[in-house]
Amino acid sequence: MEYSILAAGITMGLSAIGAGIGVGILGSKFIEGIARQPELAPFLQGRFFLMMGLTDAVPMIGVGLGMYMLFAL
Amino acid sequence: MAAKGIDHVVGAACSEPELTTNGYIQHHLTNLTYGKLPYESEVWHCNKESQVWDMPTIIPADTWTFAHGATEAADMGFWAFNVDSIGWSIFLGALFLGLFKWAIPTNSDTPSGLQNFVEMCIEFVDDNVQSLFGATNNKLIAPLALTVFVWILFMNLMDLIPVDFIPELAKYLGIEYFKVVPTTDPNVTLGMALAIFVLTIYYSIKIKGLKAFVAELTLHPFGKWLMPVNFVLEMVNFIAKPISLGLRLFGNLYAGEMIFILIALMLFFNSVLIGMLGIGLHLVWALFHILIVALQAFIFMALTIAYLAMAHETEEH
Repeated sequence: MEYSILAAGITMGLSAIGAGIGVGILGSKFIEGIARQPELAPFLQGRFFLMMGLTDAVPMIGVGLGMYMLFAL
Repeated sequence: MAAKGIDHVVGAACSEPELTTNGYIQHHLTNLTYGKLPYESEVWHCNKESQVWDMPTIIPADTWTFAHGATEAADMGFWAFNVDSIGWSIFLGALFLGLFKWAIPTNSDTPSGLQNFVEMCIEFVDDNVQSLFGATNNKLIAPLALTVFVWILFMNLMDLIPVDFIPELAKYLGIEYFKVVPTTDPNVTLGMALAIFVLTIYYSIKIKGLKAFVAELTLHPFGKWLMPVNFVLEMVNFIAKPISLGLRLFGNLYAGEMIFILIALMLFFNSVLIGMLGIGLHLVWALFHILIVALQAFIFMALTIAYLAMAHETEEH
């Protein structure tokens, strides 16, 4: 049980780091793109959210599994 | 899900499982399962008066019944139907069809709220199909994308109903377990992903021909002399698509549901302050979850269109 807590912490922490870096890069490029070509903003926004969802999904699965390890196992 | 929370020992104490934290979470993660209990499986009963486990009864023959708990559901093996997931997804699918059919004929110049919503959905999906699918003519794609989007959106939106509301109502009707959000059941999401996968293969073979389809899987990265290597590499790629498609939706909604359950647990603390904090957190997480709910429905739709568009690409690259 103690190890599952540690495992859940590592799972959630590492996935948070990954998602943070990923979404950070994505957001900076998104704003850069808008600054270069403001007329493309709506087009870029759709792509941005799509990509953010894709980036966000794997850590979210990690969080779910971590929660499962912590509380339901 | 395997039930590890409960140890079955004759004579050991069996308190009401809902009263412990683990029992509460387990209870919320267990589906209402109807299935075939195989011959010789054990059914455990908790003695209500002495609060200990009675001797298990042994099933004399294969029986079709509702499972009382996750252990019995696991005993059912393959022949188990998650009645709540099936029921809710069919109900929400019917709701989607009925709503859209009912809203469209009222084609007035001053559209009502519902008609606005329906037109917004259709335009949104149509825009996405135009931009992601391109010029290829296939009349199935847009309706498919609309169905996928709205159906998944409706199923995900069930997550915003307070976690205990419908299960507690169901308890009054004598239903022990009741999971409300179909997309937190991996069977549902992987089933949908599998359907998309089958459509991808069907269109690949129909549009490109069987020969080109096989060639795509075997000749791609390294040329024809390394065919087995190509095949293994492409196959991993090929199989990973539906699995990641299904698991992404499931994982996001499951994590969201889990966090709602954990916040709901805060109300069980003997403290008004933590309870109030729990209510506030519920609101905050629900507001944030609206984003995930809509985003995951959109991503599932966008990837469906993209995979089917890939199946329609005929030119060599």
